[in-house]
Amino acid sequence: MTLTTPNLATDPTPGRKAKRSARAARVAEAASAGVAVLLTKIVLLGVIDALGLYALFALAAAGSWLVFGLVLAATALINWIYFRRGGLPAKYLTPGIVFLLIFQIFAIAYSGYIAFTNYGSGHNSTKDDAVAALLQSAQTRAPHSPEYPLTVLDRNGTLSFLVTAANGQAEAGDARTPLHPVTGATRDAAGQATGLPGYTTLNLSQMLDRQDEITGLSVPIGSDPAQGMLRTPDGTKAFVYTSTLKYDAAAGTMTDTRTGVVYSDTGKGAFTAPDGKQLLPGWQINVGLDNFVRAFTNQAIRGPLLGVTAWTFVFALVSVASTFVLGLFLAVVFNDWRMRGRKWYRAAMILPYAFPGFLSALVWAGLMNPQFGFINQVLLGGANVPWLTDPFLAKVSILIVNLWLGFPYMFLVCTGALQSIPGELQEAARMDGASAWATFRLIKFPLLLVSIAPLLIASFAYNFNNFNLIYMLTNGGPTDPNAAINVGSTDILISMVYKIAFVGANRDYGLASAFSIIIFVIVAVISAIGFRQTKALEELN
Amino acid sequence: MKVTRRAILGAATLAVAAVSITTLSGCSSSAPTGAGASANDASGGSKTLTVWVDTDRATALKDVAAEFTKKSGVKIDLVVKDFGKMEQDLTTQIPTGKGPDIAVGANDWTGQLVTDGVIQPIELGDAAGDYEKVALDAFNYQGKVYALPYSIENIALVRNTKLAPKAPATWSDMLAASRSTGSKYPYLVQVGPQSDPYHLYPLQTSFGAAVFARKADGSYDASRLTIGGAAGTEFAHWLHEQGRAGNLSLSMTGDIAVEKFEQGQSPFMITGPWNIAAIKKAGIDVAVDPIPSAGGQTSSPFVGVQGFFISSKTKNKLAANDFLTNYIGTPAVQEALYKVGDRPPALKTAFDSVSSDPVMQGFENVSKQGVPMPNVPAMAAVWQYWGVAEAAIIGQKADPASSWQKMTGDIQSAIDKQN
Repeated sequence: MTLTTPNLATDPTPGRKAKRSARAARVAEAASAGVAVLLTKIVLLGVIDALGLYALFALAAAGSWLVFGLVLAATALINWIYFRRGGLPAKYLTPGIVFLLIFQIFAIAYSGYIAFTNYGSGHNSTKDDAVAALLQSAQTRAPHSPEYPLTVLDRNGTLSFLVTAANGQAEAGDARTPLHPVTGATRDAAGQATGLPGYTTLNLSQMLDRQDEITGLSVPIGSDPAQGMLRTPDGTKAFVYTSTLKYDAAAGTMTDTRTGVVYSDTGKGAFTAPDGKQLLPGWQINVGLDNFVRAFTNQAIRGPLLGVTAWTFVFALVSVASTFVLGLFLAVVFNDWRMRGRKWYRAAMILPYAFPGFLSALVWAGLMNPQFGFINQVLLGGANVPWLTDPFLAKVSILIVNLWLGFPYMFLVCTGALQSIPGELQEAARMDGASAWATFRLIKFPLLLVSIAPLLIASFAYNFNNFNLIYMLTNGGPTDPNAAINVGSTDILISMVYKIAFVGANRDYGLASAFSIIIFVIVAVISAIGFRQTKALEELN
Repeated sequence: MKVTRRAILGAATLAVAAVSITTLSGCSSSAPTGAGASANDASGGSKTLTVWVDTDRATALKDVAAEFTKKSGVKIDLVVKDFGKMEQDLTTQIPTGKGPDIAVGANDWTGQLVTDGVIQPIELGDAAGDYEKVALDAFNYQGKVYALPYSIENIALVRNTKLAPKAPATWSDMLAASRSTGSKYPYLVQVGPQSDPYHLYPLQTSFGAAVFARKADGSYDASRLTIGGAAGTEFAHWLHEQGRAGNLSLSMTGDIAVEKFEQGQSPFMITGPWNIAAIKKAGIDVAVDPIPSAGGQTSSPFVGVQGFFISSKTKNKLAANDFLTNYIGTPAVQEALYKVGDRPPALKTAFDSVSSDPVMQGFENVSKQGVPMPNVPAMAAVWQYWGVAEAAIIGQKADPASSWQKMTGDIQSAIDKQN
C-alpha cells in the first residue's frame, strides 16, 4: 500500500518520527510527479468516468443491455489500467486500442455481420415494418369517393366520425358501427355537421393527442367491409378507401384483393407469389454464405476481375515506389547543410499535402481536360493528348496525380528518419573512403528502411483501397463500350465493388460487405507477410 | 485514511466525475431516452414535427414554419441535412424509428423510397386538381401520389438577347442565328467525359425515343423500355454527327460551357435555372425559350419536382398531413417558397403569379412541354449504361446504331435481373 517504507531495521530513531518522515516522503513523491500532470490525469479520468456513467444511465433507460455491459467493462478496465501501479505499456497503448476497437474492429465486425444478410434496397428493415408499409401503400381511395368534410367525435373514449354527405345529410359511424344517417346534428354556417348530442367534438389539440388512434380508425361504410372504409389523413376530411392487399397474420400471407394472388413468406425476405413475383418492401434476413458465393460466381465481375486485380496491385506498388523514391531523393537533397534556403523549399514541398485530396483530384481533372485543359492548351501548346480518355494514358495520369499527392508525406518521414541517423556513421564511412553513393546504399538506406518499412506497408494498404482518387479523377476511367459491364480501365477492386453493389439507387449492402471482407483479407495477408519480412531489418538496429 | 497517491487520485477523480456528470445531464435536453419522450409530449397537444431540409430550403421554410406554429400550436423542428446524402439517410434512419416526420426530396427518389418502405402516400383530396399535372405525375408511383409537390425544375434554351434578339422556332433557325453572329459554337450544352443524358434528353425526345412508356395515369411503365428501336438509332446517328462536327464534345464540362456562354462564344445554351444567377452576374441579358426540335417531334426535357415526403413510421401522421395538405399546399405559402427558393411553384394558382419574372416564366412554359423525371427503380439500370454509350458515340469510338442497340439490350437485361 505504501510507496516507500523507511527501513525500520537500520533507522536509528524508529517510532512516530520515522512514520512522519515516511509520510512526508510519500507526499513529496506524489507531488514530485508535478502538480500539473496529476491534475490533468485526474481531470481526464474524471471526464471519462463521467461520460461512462452518463452512457450507462442512458443505455439502461433505453434497454440496450449488450452495449451497457460493454461500456461497463470498458470503463472498469480503463480505470483499473490507469489506477494501478506499473503496467506502463498499457497506459500508453489504451487510447490507441480504444479507437482501434471502435473505428476499425467494430466496423470490420459489423461489415462481416452484414455480409451474411441480404440488407439492401427492398430489404431495409424488419418484417413488421414491411407489412405495415405494404398495408399503408395498399390503401387506395375508392374511385368515386367524394371528399367528406369531417368532424371527429368522442363518447366515453370511443371515437366516431361525423361527415356531411354531398346532399347535406349528416352521417356518423365508428369502428364497429357502419356509417349511418343521424339526426339532430349541430351545423355550422356552411351547413356542415359539426357535432352530435351526447358526443364531444374534438378540437385540433385534442385530435393531436390521439393522432395514432384517429389516423388508424377505419369506419365501414356498409355492412360488407369490402365496400370500403372511411378514413382520414388529417382530421378535417375523410375519404372512402379500399385496400388492395389483405394481411393474414395467422397464415403469414398477403393476398391481392383485386387478382386473388396469394403472396407468402418463402424465406427469401419478401412476400413471394407462386410465379416468383415479389412484393417490395421486403425485410432483412440471414442468407448465410450466399453473398460470398455470388461474389465469386457473379458473371458481371468474372470477366474483368483479373485485369482489375492486376491493375490494383500495379497501382498500389508503383504509387508507393514512386512516392518513396521522389520523397527520399528530395529528403536527401534538402538534408545537406550546403543547400541554401532549405526551410522555404521544405515548406513549398509540403503544400500538396496540405490540400484536401479530393479537391486536388478535381483540379487535376480540369487540368487534364483534353480540349480545354491547362496542360494541353498551354504547356503542350495546343496538343490534344487524351490524358483521361485513353485507357493506357488514363492509368499513367492516375499514377502522376497520386505521385503529386503522396510524395510530401514520404518526404516528411524520410527527412525525419535521415535526421535520426547519427552523423558519426557518415563520418566514419567517409574516412573509410566510401563514395557518397556507397555510403547511401550500404549505411543510410538500410537504417532508413528499419523505420520506414512499416510506413511503406501502410502506404501500400492505403493505396490498395484509394477509392477517392479513382472516383474523383476518372470515375473508373474510360469504359470499353463493347464490354459487358460498366467497369472501366482505371477501376481498382474497391471502386469496381462500388459499381457492382451500388448500381444507381439499387444498393446491395450485403454483397458489398462480402466483397469488402474479401478485399480486407487480401490486404491483411499481404501486410502480415510484409511485416514478417521487416522483422529481419530490426536486427540491424 | 492513508494519504497515498492513489487515494488522492481516486478521490479527485470521483469528484471531477460527479461534477462532469451533473453538467452533462444538465446540458443534454434531448437525451437518448427519446424513444419514449415523444409520447410524453402529450401535454395539451404540443407536438413537434421534425422536418429534414437542405440549406437552401431551411431559409425558405423558417418563416413559413413559424407561422404554422402560431396558427396550430404544433412546433416545427427544421433539421438541415446534406441533400446529396438525404435519400440514403432516409432509408437508414427511418426504420430505426428516429427518423424525421417529413423530408424534402426530389421526385426521382420516390420509387426507391417506396421499395424500401420508408414513405407513405399522401391524399391530396380534391385539391389535387390545383397542381400542375407534371408535378403530380412526377410523384405518382404505382398509382399513388407520395409527396406534396412544391417546386419544378427543368432545363430550357437560354438565349443571349444581345447576340440573338429573336427566339428560334426551329433547329435550323437556331443554327442560322448562330452562324450569322459568327459564333464559335452554334449551341452549348454540357456533356462531360461520360456524357450527360439528362441535358441531352430534350434532343432525344425530339426524335421520339423516350426512355419508358407512360401509363394512362401519367406514371412510367418500367416494363416498356422505349429507348431503343428506330427512333433511338436515329438519335444515335445524330449524336455521332454532332460529335464529328464538334458541336458536342466530351471535354465540354458544365463549368466550361457556362464560361464560354458568359464569354459570348455562343448565343444559345441548354441549361437550367441554377446557372442563371452566375450568367446575369457576368452581365449577359438572357431570355428563356423552348428548346427547338432536332428530330421533328417536341423537345421534352426532364422535369424534376421537389416535394415533401411523409415518413411511413411517423407518429405525427395527423399533424404532418395537416401541415402539408392544409398549409404548404396553399397558394400563399407556395408563393412564399417560390420567392425564396427561386424555382417555379407546383401549384397552378401560385404558378400564375410568377409571371413577373420573364426568365422564370420561360422555364415554367418549357416545363409544360416536359416529362417528369422517372421515379421507378428500373431507371437505375438505365443510368448505368446510358451515359457510357452516348460518350462512346459522341467520341467517335463506336458505331452509333450497334452501340445504341447494345445499350438497350444491356439495360433490358439489367432490369430483368432486378425483378
